[in-house]
Amino acid sequence: MMGFIWFWLVAVMIVGYVVLDGFDLGVGVLHLFLPHTETDRRTILASIGPVWDGNEVWLLAGGGTLYFAFPLLYASAFSGFYLPLMIVLWLLILRGVSLELRNHIDVGVWRALLDGLFGLSSALLTVFFGAALANVLRGVPLQADGYFFLPLWTNWKPGVHPGILDWYTVIGGLVALVALTVHGALWLTIKTSGDLAHRARRVVFPLWAVLVALTLASLAATIAVRPASLNNYFQYPVTFIVPIGVVASLAAIWFFNRSAHSVLAFLSSSLYLFFMLAGACWGLYPTLLPATTGADRDITLLRAISGHHTLAVGLAWWAFGMALAVSYVIFVYTKFRGKVDLQTSVH
Amino acid sequence: MTAELIHRLHFAFTITFHYLFPQLTMGLALLIVVLKSVALKTGSEQWDLAARFWGKIFGINFVFGVVTGIPMEFEFGTNWARFSQLSGGVIGQPLAMEGVFSFFLESAFLGLFLYGEKRISKLMHWFSAVMVFVGSWISGFFIIVTDAWMQHPVAYDRLPNGQFEVLSFWQLLLNPWGLLQYAHNMTGAVITGSFVMSAVGAFYLLEGQRENYARIFLKVGVIAGVVASILIIFPTGDLHGKYVARNQPAAIAGMEGLFQTETGAGMVLMGQPNEETGQIDNPIVVNDTLSFLIYGTTKAEVRGLDQIPHDQWPTALPLLFYAYHIMVGLGTWFILVMLVSAFLLWRKRLYTARWALWALLLSFPLPYIANTAGWMTAELGRQPWIIYGLMRTSEGYSNTVSASNGLFTLIGFMGLYTLLGLLFTILIYREISTGPEPKPIEAQAIHAE
Repeated sequence: MMGFIWFWLVAVMIVGYVVLDGFDLGVGVLHLFLPHTETDRRTILASIGPVWDGNEVWLLAGGGTLYFAFPLLYASAFSGFYLPLMIVLWLLILRGVSLELRNHIDVGVWRALLDGLFGLSSALLTVFFGAALANVLRGVPLQADGYFFLPLWTNWKPGVHPGILDWYTVIGGLVALVALTVHGALWLTIKTSGDLAHRARRVVFPLWAVLVALTLASLAATIAVRPASLNNYFQYPVTFIVPIGVVASLAAIWFFNRSAHSVLAFLSSSLYLFFMLAGACWGLYPTLLPATTGADRDITLLRAISGHHTLAVGLAWWAFGMALAVSYVIFVYTKFRGKVDLQTSVH
Repeated sequence: MTAELIHRLHFAFTITFHYLFPQLTMGLALLIVVLKSVALKTGSEQWDLAARFWGKIFGINFVFGVVTGIPMEFEFGTNWARFSQLSGGVIGQPLAMEGVFSFFLESAFLGLFLYGEKRISKLMHWFSAVMVFVGSWISGFFIIVTDAWMQHPVAYDRLPNGQFEVLSFWQLLLNPWGLLQYAHNMTGAVITGSFVMSAVGAFYLLEGQRENYARIFLKVGVIAGVVASILIIFPTGDLHGKYVARNQPAAIAGMEGLFQTETGAGMVLMGQPNEETGQIDNPIVVNDTLSFLIYGTTKAEVRGLDQIPHDQWPTALPLLFYAYHIMVGLGTWFILVMLVSAFLLWRKRLYTARWALWALLLSFPLPYIANTAGWMTAELGRQPWIIYGLMRTSEGYSNTVSASNGLFTLIGFMGLYTLLGLLFTILIYREISTGPEPKPIEAQAIHAE
């Protein structure tokens, strides 16, 4: 029971992270090509300025939760994915610094450099996060002791000894890149006005078509790479509601964006991300990290879970702390609701 | 180079660089609350602008703290996997609590404090400053709880698979080691904050510019500085030192360079510990002092390294000795500088005493060195254990991550952090030369069009 609860609590943290930091990562990608003027750039950055740091906290809080609830998984996955995780850390550093500091020095070359760095690191982060999730879905070559070490690439094919990057995980990376760019564009349609908002809305249409194609390809590829992903769905057919939700939310994105209902369109893309992640988690459950070296080496919920007392204590403070955290999140988003106004954002 | 050494250097380098930022964040957060409170109470525009100026410095510093802090949580898993697997059930808790209880709070209210001044009332803006302070100090608390458990494990049980489990949540949080270390560490952060604030004030006065702001900075900085410089030694340092002596005899013997057990042990002020001969080279010793400082009597026996099996000696003995002595030496300097400055402030002569202003200005890097040396003392003193007495450091690192891979990313971090350090210096210098009354940002934006 504790295992079931904590599996889904960690999943909630991941969904929270992807939905929230997802839009500011997507805004980062768009920052590369959407703005035309310096005012556009400032507006785009101001739309995420007060919230991006809080969004990133979901990653840290989620990582910490994973750490104490499933220490074996944390230890195995973080050391096994050593190189890509370090690259993610470097990208997070570059991104945070370039976003916060571009307005501190009033020199064109400086701002252009940091704008480029911010966009590029955002784009690469989305690809890495997508590929990371795909790595977990595909499985890794776990040794008997529950550890592994993956090179960045081998022969680009998923198999017993794959690399971090193979054709399957690259699809995962691309899905994340496009999905979060759409998500970010929809955020901009809420937060900006005039020509910039118009351009953000227009860019969604072609991206949406690509996203539909990639989503379908990734679903098919996941079933091909790890057929066991479907087991839970056939055992509980009612859960096919999740893939149906993916399709419905995709349709809703297109519909609401077309009718210029920005908030609803953004909520639809949030739902899309939710269904995609929930579907992936449900495909895994109760496995946490599948082994390509034989199912008996899978890291399962039972194998990785912390002691009962740890989890019971954890549940008490976690529930209290997250209730507080969510109230701050709501409070901040309420305070900064509405279109970005450069005049009132002092920094 | 062995994998163990690389993983140790990896963590040591990234955490040392990281902690240059939070120590100022936590110290300044308190001082900004002071500035905002005076501004709120007196309605003084100048104190408000002073607070906004330090808010900007705080903001830049905070960003560097955040981006260099994220790797720290990850490195428990990436570089110290075997340690994390066994201890995650215990120390994963305070680390997760830091995120849940502190970072959400801190990020929310900092966003409001820096970006929202025109959207909220004066009282709400003051409240945001208080919340940022509370958030950053909570954050420090959970990190200390984590470290304290590694230094002095309490309230745990071992499961059949070797994992540690928490037995009492409150005992974990209220670990006496942690409370003492927290008091000592946060005082150290206030020292950094107050020295930096005083140094900027001194700089402005020596330059003969922005004198009204310089006086505010010096007043707040020196008053906070003198209080913190006393508290860092007595009672926080004194009590913490005695607790270390009782619970980690090997650490205190290494810190003091005490090779032989002595009754009426002397304190070595300076010298070079020689592990081969078991002596201090070129010693300057004050007789009986160590026994007195630890046990309150000059006759007490202090255990030397000779009573400790050699495989339990701190692994970097000379470095431990130097780190501790640098911390204590600088602590003495802080008291001296701040007492003299406070006296001059009281006699209304500080603002014109150029020699004192020079001393304050030149002292600003020293708290950074002292805080770093203090942490080195704590962590080197814990060696060779990763969990004191229970798990050796050599059993904790990720053995799937080779020395070569570790070195690759260590070099990467070194390069990246060199850049960050340069960038930080430039940005802070710019803020200080712009001062508390910059031209408004709107003007800049229009200018840039």
